[in-house]
Amino acid sequence: MTPSSANSVSTDPLPAHPPAGLWSKYAHVLSMGVQNTLVYRANFLFRAAFGLVPLMATLFLWQAIYADKPAGVAIGAYTLAQMVSYYLLVTVVDAVTAVAEDDWQIAADIKDGAVSQFLLKPLDYLAYRLCLYLSGRLIYTSVALIPVAFFLFFQREFLVGPASSWGWVLMPVSVLMAALLQFLIAYTVALLSFWVLDVSTFIFIQFAFEFLASGHLFPLDILPDSLHRLLLWTPYPYLLYFPVGVYLGRIQGADLWQGFVLQGVWVVAAFLIARFVWSRGLRKYTAVGG
Amino acid sequence: MKSRMSLLTRYAGIYAALIRYSLIHEMQFKVNFLLWIVVEALWFGLQLAFMTVLYGHTDQIAGWSRWEVVLLVGCNQFIQQLFHMLFVTNLSNLSELIRKGTLDLLLLQPVNTRFLISVKKFEIGNIANALMGLAVVFYALAQLGRTPSPAQWLGFVVVCVAGLSVHYSLMFLLACISFWTVRAQGIVWGYYNLFNIARLPAEAFPRGAYRAVFTWVLPMLLVSNVPAKLLAQRLASPWEWAALLLMAAACFVASELFWRFSLRHYTSASA
Repeated sequence: MTPSSANSVSTDPLPAHPPAGLWSKYAHVLSMGVQNTLVYRANFLFRAAFGLVPLMATLFLWQAIYADKPAGVAIGAYTLAQMVSYYLLVTVVDAVTAVAEDDWQIAADIKDGAVSQFLLKPLDYLAYRLCLYLSGRLIYTSVALIPVAFFLFFQREFLVGPASSWGWVLMPVSVLMAALLQFLIAYTVALLSFWVLDVSTFIFIQFAFEFLASGHLFPLDILPDSLHRLLLWTPYPYLLYFPVGVYLGRIQGADLWQGFVLQGVWVVAAFLIARFVWSRGLRKYTAVGG
Repeated sequence: MKSRMSLLTRYAGIYAALIRYSLIHEMQFKVNFLLWIVVEALWFGLQLAFMTVLYGHTDQIAGWSRWEVVLLVGCNQFIQQLFHMLFVTNLSNLSELIRKGTLDLLLLQPVNTRFLISVKKFEIGNIANALMGLAVVFYALAQLGRTPSPAQWLGFVVVCVAGLSVHYSLMFLLACISFWTVRAQGIVWGYYNLFNIARLPAEAFPRGAYRAVFTWVLPMLLVSNVPAKLLAQRLASPWEWAALLLMAAACFVASELFWRFSLRHYTSASA
């Protein structure tokens, strides 16, 4: 098994002397992931900083819309401050949860046969990739903190606090579940590499739907009510719109608990689908260069 | 004069051969070729959906009506897709040429190196997406009840070429950073974020540093706004298109100077 490319991190998943316990094994993967992603810190900084440019443009667009209305008016029950806060929080949640290189690396692992070693070693590929995803997010979030914090400070007059102190508890919980869901969706789409030559088109098509239905473009509750309700049955709102809505107090009472249940259901469903696709994929798998 | 003509036919011949080669290459993966058209169409649809949602809550944004903004988004798509068809793949590939030392080979060809780097691969699929953008432009014009005169269409072609030239020059300039660091590819892709600015009405940006930078340094607020305003017949003064032409020329000169400067720093990676 030779390293196939310089930026594939999964060339040697196990150290020479693997630690004994299950946790220490994955803890090792986690720390290895941290070390590997640290190489990309400059790239992460660029990505986070460049990402703020379109955000700024979107905020200007909304400010222009509010400027033509009487002062203090609400659009879809959002005041200007709430609307700006919505986008700022989406940026934060996105920094914490978005997949960066994970899907491309998984696809590459399948293409050049690197997954073979996971079939031979006592290491679960999904758990292994999850550890790498988490370590990647840890580094990305720490790096993105610099430009994002600067930006938040710049926009501080618009930043509203959580609707109630429950927001501080519930939002992190839903962000954590959002991260799991985000990872599982990206993981499953990348597994299509078992069947197709170039998975990037599928990644981009999935991402286009996600971009709209997760609430990345605009808060979903400014849509017509029936459409908004319909979208809440899909997994996408639970990636961004739901955690942010929980913080802003947009989602309350029965909707709140129903939302958490649906988010949990989608995480479990995504996990089962990921497992199923993996097992079907392995039947199709022909180890290349293994 | 005669030699200039033969030079032109020579480059046209080379370009035709490159296009033919790209087409043959592309047709090896037909499904993938079609899927990329779908991807681009989806993202275009997303932009239109966003504007539709916004105009569900307001009648105008910074003085732009709904169909004027649709026209703007269509113009932006048209220019962006032409840019993609001609240049994006090639320019983002420059860092690889430098990293692997393949640039040596191109430098030794008896053809202008910048020309070869810029147009080597022709992305045929993006024609379909450019035409979708153009179709939206026509539809929006019909909704607005405007019928541009032939002179205005000619002007539209000129400002579109100028807009294309701005994108090309700036991305080429960024790609030249690869001569110093291999990490430049991230910067080149970061350029894509700028398209998000180009498709918004310039008037929505408050007067100040942000608007000045994106007009006079990275003229994103000119490249699509000026063509859209020209067709919608809402150009405030001829200075607007003059500014675009001026910036297009300035960006091209800057990129050529930086290219020459960068080449002097080239140390081949291969033997």
